[in-house]
Amino acid sequence: MSTLESNGVVAEHRMPRDHFLNATHTVKSWLLTMDHKRVGLLYLVSISLFFLIGGTFAGIIRLELATPQADLLEADQYNTAFTMHGIVMIFFFLIPSIPAVFGNFVMPLMIGAKDVAFPKLNLASWYLYIFGAALGVITTLFGGVDTGWTFYTPYSSTYSNGNVILAAGAAFVIGFSSILTGLNFMVTIHKMRAPGLSWFKMPLFVWGIYSTSLIMVLGTPVVAITLVLLMVERGLHIGIFDPSLGGDPILFQHLFWFYSHPAVYIMILPGMGVISEVIGAFSRKRIFGYEFIAMSSVAIAVLGFFVWGHHLFVAGQSIYAGMVFSFLTMLVAVPSAIKVFNWMATIYKGSVSYDTPMLYALSFIFLFSIGGLTGVFLAVMGLDIHVHDTYFVVAHFHYVMVGGAISAYLAALHFWWPKFTGRMYPEGWSRFAAFMIFAGFNLTFFPQFIVGYLGMPRRYHVYPEEWQFLNILSSAGATVLAVGFVIPLIYFLWSLKSGKASGPNPWRATGLEWVLSSPPPEHNFPKTPIVREEPYNYGKIIDNPAEEETEDVEHV
Amino acid sequence: MNQEFQFHPEMASTFAYEVDMLYFFVVAVSVFFMALICVLIYAFAVKYRRRTPDQQAEAQIHGNLLLEIIWSVIPLGLMMIMFAWGAYLFFRVNQIPEGAMEYYVVGKQWMWHIQHPTGQREINELHVPINTQVKLTMASEDVIHSFFIPAFRIKNDVIPGRYTTMTFEATKTGKYHLFCAEYCGTEHSRMIGSVYVMEPEDYQNWLSGGVRDQTPEEAGARLFSQLNCATCHSDRAGARGPSLNGRYGTEELMADGEPVLVNEAYIRESILNPRAKIVSGYQSIMPTFQGQITETNIFNLISYIKSLPVTEGTPQ
Repeated sequence: MSTLESNGVVAEHRMPRDHFLNATHTVKSWLLTMDHKRVGLLYLVSISLFFLIGGTFAGIIRLELATPQADLLEADQYNTAFTMHGIVMIFFFLIPSIPAVFGNFVMPLMIGAKDVAFPKLNLASWYLYIFGAALGVITTLFGGVDTGWTFYTPYSSTYSNGNVILAAGAAFVIGFSSILTGLNFMVTIHKMRAPGLSWFKMPLFVWGIYSTSLIMVLGTPVVAITLVLLMVERGLHIGIFDPSLGGDPILFQHLFWFYSHPAVYIMILPGMGVISEVIGAFSRKRIFGYEFIAMSSVAIAVLGFFVWGHHLFVAGQSIYAGMVFSFLTMLVAVPSAIKVFNWMATIYKGSVSYDTPMLYALSFIFLFSIGGLTGVFLAVMGLDIHVHDTYFVVAHFHYVMVGGAISAYLAALHFWWPKFTGRMYPEGWSRFAAFMIFAGFNLTFFPQFIVGYLGMPRRYHVYPEEWQFLNILSSAGATVLAVGFVIPLIYFLWSLKSGKASGPNPWRATGLEWVLSSPPPEHNFPKTPIVREEPYNYGKIIDNPAEEETEDVEHV
Repeated sequence: MNQEFQFHPEMASTFAYEVDMLYFFVVAVSVFFMALICVLIYAFAVKYRRRTPDQQAEAQIHGNLLLEIIWSVIPLGLMMIMFAWGAYLFFRVNQIPEGAMEYYVVGKQWMWHIQHPTGQREINELHVPINTQVKLTMASEDVIHSFFIPAFRIKNDVIPGRYTTMTFEATKTGKYHLFCAEYCGTEHSRMIGSVYVMEPEDYQNWLSGGVRDQTPEEAGARLFSQLNCATCHSDRAGARGPSLNGRYGTEELMADGEPVLVNEAYIRESILNPRAKIVSGYQSIMPTFQGQITETNIFNLISYIKSLPVTEGTPQ
């Protein structure tokens, strides 16, 4: 046993002698790796790069919108900027983010597996991602695309002068990366759980990943087909969506949202899983209503497939179809509310510490609740007539996607960074960045609810002067937010060399991943663990031992 | 700060008031839940903060079925109220009132063409009398646009290949924003204009001051003869096409035995894609006018056909 922190003496940890990072050193060993942990890190590096690119586009947009006139960009440049921002952030960052990085790295550890079910396929999905992302970069270098990330027809198929086929091709290829990842995870979770780890003993993050994988496997092929149809119409002038060729433009919207609404849940469900892990660990308390949280993930994944028409209330869809979609959408509020209230009940009577992951988790609850409640405004048909396609929608989905998904992503990154690298980041700086991101985020997006209800349409390059004040607030907030995002980049890089060794379990959390040394050994578990306990068994004292105590594995 | 700065948009139509009532209700519910969440998290966060590094939780609680039911059922009930209220409003605003003034709107990259029932045409401006029910029938020449008047809280997409409609009744004189809300290409954010709500006498003055063009019926009548429609569509015995007199709003029997309501969408389709539906007893010989006639002229033809009276001897 090491010296416990309670003595006022911080336990001195050393990096383990052998782990997956120092097992081999060549570039080739990384590019041809079959290790799920290395694949996770490959994704981490690649999606971080695209987050920076997508963020740069966002910065350009906010800079332009600081004044009501067009001054920084031409109209076409602006249209390209918001389109590339959307495509990069959604397809290249958010959809892969938590599943591809943490699902890959942590999920097999959590279920006591040596790897995912199909390690080669796992590497192949990363290459597909890179191939798709390269097509995205080529699209950008050739001048980008100006259709909006939604590719609505007939604008995209007939009128746009951007590189629609290339951009759609990029999204198409990336889709397959997502399908293969989802498939791999589902098989892994079904077949490779450690003995004793029954479904309702799985950590909630695994439930989140499982639900997400379900959507990836079932939904992504539909968007892939849709994008092919779009490319066919644009390239070969075969009438599918363009009415002047005999097509139906609304058909595209149905097909597109059949995937893209569930895709929103691809982005948020794994985040909810992360929040469950973090809240339990930093409250040292078993998760309140575990079964309800687990099942609400599945409920959201399933319901998510039946709500796409709420994007089409004023798009020429029948009123009665609209009513069905509105009704079903309202039901999603229930599993979402269940999660939020159960997290709050988990904090009740806990032993709550405010380390950075917990700050992001609390921030998630607050921002996701605002995002969810403002979603209700959009699901209510009478209100959607007014707020549809305005900045109200922009604010709503940024509260869910940035306030929700990215807060969860950062919670996960700060929570599992010591597991990834064996090193701690500077806690002061990371808390400071978390506060900046929270403040900057709200300053950026809250004014957009107001300007949206006032009537400012989205995708507007120039706008009426009376809305400048709110737009300036938004642009100022974006500046704070940008700085908030850069700080973690710096301290994470710094910590790789100079961070304090974390020991196997710096948060003293439950879960099989924390039993292993940090970073974990190349083949994870020296012998297959046997699970005898309930998840989140925080009733017992958990330590962060200095030595690797592999013989303790069975006790978890 | 700008003088015009505001937190809430003007309410300038009967519908705006109804939408805002629902809006304030949903805002109130949201604020209540946010306040509840914030107060509880803050209270728990302070009360149960970890004071020593080894401190364990006060209790390990598995869950509570009653609580789960409460926090599922209460949100569900509230959601159902909002759903019903919102669906009711949506249904109502999509009912087209009888006798509404009918304007035609054509969206094209990147402007709005508007035609008054009395023939006046405007670009990017819409003048309407106060306290009068107005119906807009809208079509697009190219991509999808969306006609949006925030002060009236109404919006509807304007779609190529089909008609969409919307109605409103303005309640406050003034000048209001008109936007295209569906992204439509380069100058999307300049596809904007103004809606002027006027007292009836001001509206009449404006009408007489504006350069009055032909009424839609007159323009349609002229087109009807220019395009030689009457060669086939006449009351003569043995005419090659069905007579159009008095047919608007009636049902026609098609060759496949299906009855079809003669409305704007059907007439439009028959002009652009005559083979789609053939009236029983006639041959499919009409050429298409696709690409040869603008949306505005289709509106004019429809207005003319609507105005044709029932003639004696028209086979019913």
